Amino acid sequence: MSSDTCKRMMSDGDACVNTTTDTDVAPATIRAIVAGHGSFASGIISAVEQITGKGASFLAMSNTGLGLDDIQETLARALDHSGAHVIFTDLPAGSCTMAVRRMMRARPGVLLVTGINLSTLLDFAMQDASDPVVAVNAALERGRVSMAVYGA
Amino acid sequence: MPIALYRIDDRLIHGQVVVGWGQPLELGFLVLVDDEVAASEWEQELYRMGVPPEMSVQFYTVTDAAAHLPELQKRPETGIVLVGDIGTMRRLVEQSDGRIRAVNVGGVHHAAGRVQRLRFVFLTPAEEQGLRDIAALGVDVSAQDVPSARPVPLGELLASTTGT
Repeated sequence: MSSDTCKRMMSDGDACVNTTTDTDVAPATIRAIVAGHGSFASGIISAVEQITGKGASFLAMSNTGLGLDDIQETLARALDHSGAHVIFTDLPAGSCTMAVRRMMRARPGVLLVTGINLSTLLDFAMQDASDPVVAVNAALERGRVSMAVYGA
Repeated sequence: MPIALYRIDDRLIHGQVVVGWGQPLELGFLVLVDDEVAASEWEQELYRMGVPPEMSVQFYTVTDAAAHLPELQKRPETGIVLVGDIGTMRRLVEQSDGRIRAVNVGGVHHAAGRVQRLRFVFLTPAEEQGLRDIAALGVDVSAQDVPSARPVPLGELLASTTGT
């Protein structure tokens, strides 16, 4: 596993998970952080990588083994390290979401999208919208309309 | 329905509580006992927005929670009382006239000076003593992060060095 790969997994609790498949390509700009429970973030980023090759646009963070203060500190470091302003989280009531919302008080430029699915992240990965507000709203809508029940 | 859980969890309201315990218990209300949160409207709003619409949440100082415990225990819905640290739970138990019979250690995560006892429990010597003090008041203390996990009794918790 490359050191670059490990830098992309900002968690003290989980092992680093490879989010890139081609180590010869120059590191992409990190556009967003994905934070959630267990291996949610690394897993969904690996799916984005498999489908689009753009997994390196995201930095994964897990809350495993971390208290609320540690989650907040890890997220703050991830924002500072990456220069990203967008954070995607898995669950509205989750500890990552709570930590981001607390942190947003001191970082008014941060955008949080919670309750995401793979369609949300794929849409964001494939967009080139320069305005992050436009990008996250479009991704949110794509994620919403992607959900369906068949056979009910 | 009595209060189902008196829980020590440094993440307070989060996924494990709201979904992991909340859904199987059909949870009706949460009581967050924290002197700082009880004094901060902003903090309360933050936690309130993390709670699904079918649950209510109340915020109390330790003293107020102890005073309101008799009425909370008579509510018809199932509830969980949450504190963020062992010291707060110890104070709550001490002020509750024996109304708290069991305490759940749900999450005390890594910090400087703490030793890992379970995957989700790290304790300083003072915190270990705090748990012993709670147990000495006649309270059953065990560690359990989610309903499907085995409750780990206090003696086993404090003897554990496996971090499993």
